[in-house]
Amino acid sequence: MHDVASEILISDNVADGLFRVNRRVFTDPHILELEAQRVFEQCWIYAGHESEIPQAGDFRTRYVAGRPVILTRGSDGEIRVLLNTCTHRGSLVCRQPSGNTKSFQCPYHAWTYSNHGELIGIPGEDAYSEAFDRRELALATPPRLERYRGFIFISFNPTIDGLVEYLAGAKEYLDLVCDQSEAGMEIVGGTQLYSMRANWKLLVENSLDGYHAPVTHQRYFEFLVEMGVDSRAMRRTGAGKSLRNGHAVIESAPAPGGRPIAAWAPHFGKARKAELEAIQRQLEDRFGAERAYRMTQTNRNLLIFPNLIINDIMAITVRTFFPRTPDYMDITAWALAPVDERAEHRAMRLDNFLTFLGPGGFATPDDVEMLEACQMGFANREVQWSDISRGMQREHPLPNDELQMRAFWRQWHELITLSPPVQIPARRVTAV
Amino acid sequence: MAVVAVQQLQTITRQTIEDFLYEEAALLDEWRLDEWLELLTDDATYEVPSTDTPDGDPHTTLSLIADDKTRIRSRVAQLLGKSAWAENPPSRTRRMISNVRVRRVEGEAIYVTANFVVYRLRFEQMDTYVGRYEYILVQRDGRLKIRARKAILDLEALRPHGKVSFIL
Repeated sequence: MHDVASEILISDNVADGLFRVNRRVFTDPHILELEAQRVFEQCWIYAGHESEIPQAGDFRTRYVAGRPVILTRGSDGEIRVLLNTCTHRGSLVCRQPSGNTKSFQCPYHAWTYSNHGELIGIPGEDAYSEAFDRRELALATPPRLERYRGFIFISFNPTIDGLVEYLAGAKEYLDLVCDQSEAGMEIVGGTQLYSMRANWKLLVENSLDGYHAPVTHQRYFEFLVEMGVDSRAMRRTGAGKSLRNGHAVIESAPAPGGRPIAAWAPHFGKARKAELEAIQRQLEDRFGAERAYRMTQTNRNLLIFPNLIINDIMAITVRTFFPRTPDYMDITAWALAPVDERAEHRAMRLDNFLTFLGPGGFATPDDVEMLEACQMGFANREVQWSDISRGMQREHPLPNDELQMRAFWRQWHELITLSPPVQIPARRVTAV
Repeated sequence: MAVVAVQQLQTITRQTIEDFLYEEAALLDEWRLDEWLELLTDDATYEVPSTDTPDGDPHTTLSLIADDKTRIRSRVAQLLGKSAWAENPPSRTRRMISNVRVRRVEGEAIYVTANFVVYRLRFEQMDTYVGRYEYILVQRDGRLKIRARKAILDLEALRPHGKVSFIL
């Protein structure tokens, strides 16, 4: 293994208020391999949402941390993640994107597994010795699976902390999303499956970046003005916060693009206004005015380390992404919504989602463009460092500062190098 | 400008429809988007469903694009402006349209489907979008107009494309 200790990957100079990330972390295949072992195999990784497999026997296949897996609800009602490889000779045992089944039969030699993963059928089993024990040949599972309020996480690290302890300060922010409906929240059908020709960590930064919004997303804000949004609503205040364990959030208000839960905007149409006000009052009754205000009127971009983004903004998107190579990632984004939402309200939510979010929206394509442009720029190896210093000496960092990104990077560095970032003097970092 | 003579609905020919679709494709490939807008009715829609739900209704299912006329106008203005960075500088596109079929006529609405391959070229990368169009066309003032335009991708995911930043 390449020795990463020989080169400084992050310079965290608190005294001078300078934070620099070595651009090698975006381009080096050795770093990617270390990330596979020390980040994606060590952390809790989001695998899916309970609402995606509501009935016994339901399943969905997908890639999680580079592995083909089956997300299932067994006939016993239990939620499992099965590693999608036949214990015989390796084939995928399930090749459908989704469905409902009692069993998975390998198409190669017809070894058959229950929807619990047990091996229940082997053609010609009498050909095997007495030592052969089919109970040992169930579909493998990640060593850990835990759920929090419908969100299913797995870990390949058997000794990792429990999920709630791992979530640390991020739990409160998940609650602000999950409490939006007493009936619960669900993933809406339709998945935005896309990619970027860029390093996955650039999307972590970008998902928590209040600084880029008025520049990269200028056209979205112009669209809002066309729709009748008061441009004063675009001067936002808020905070960027570390939530421990690498989790981080930016919170801001007001929400000029509207929030389908209960923050009305002109493009929602006047007919929707009374309904949103009624939801606001219901939430105030349940949670008090202050918490209800946070739930309904403030935008939040939440990172659950390392690669789950829950942006509760113009709609709620759940977004996860995995690197394939240092300069390419696969991204999956879903919409999350109250289960009991009325049809007109759901339609409004999905419409508002598309104004900003996703690969056909008025914002995300420009994010893709920027991150791909960064990745291209990294070919200039003479420029060794990216700067993540913004707001480092501000007492209460703002959402357009970069504290939330530094929270990610510090945790990342600790996992990759098994040590905290070093502090090196400003002069040495800036010299090429 | 695509000029297609009025015909009786009963006698509308595939060639008439093909001429219209080819003219539309040329306007889009040449970035003559203001002229393309003139091909749309005032209540026109433009949809691109998510790749895993090609039959999804945008009111109940998350799509990639589900524009009404207001949003189409805004999209075009953005694409012709400076700050749609994903298309500034603009990509080169080339559309291949084939297998054009007039499926049925209901009232004034002509239901048309066609296959497409659209190549997008930018930064020395080429991305290929493959799928089929579903159109609802009507005749207005002696010309064919688009009331509904849906591009249904056969791609299983926008990978490696990453976006639908132009008019597909």
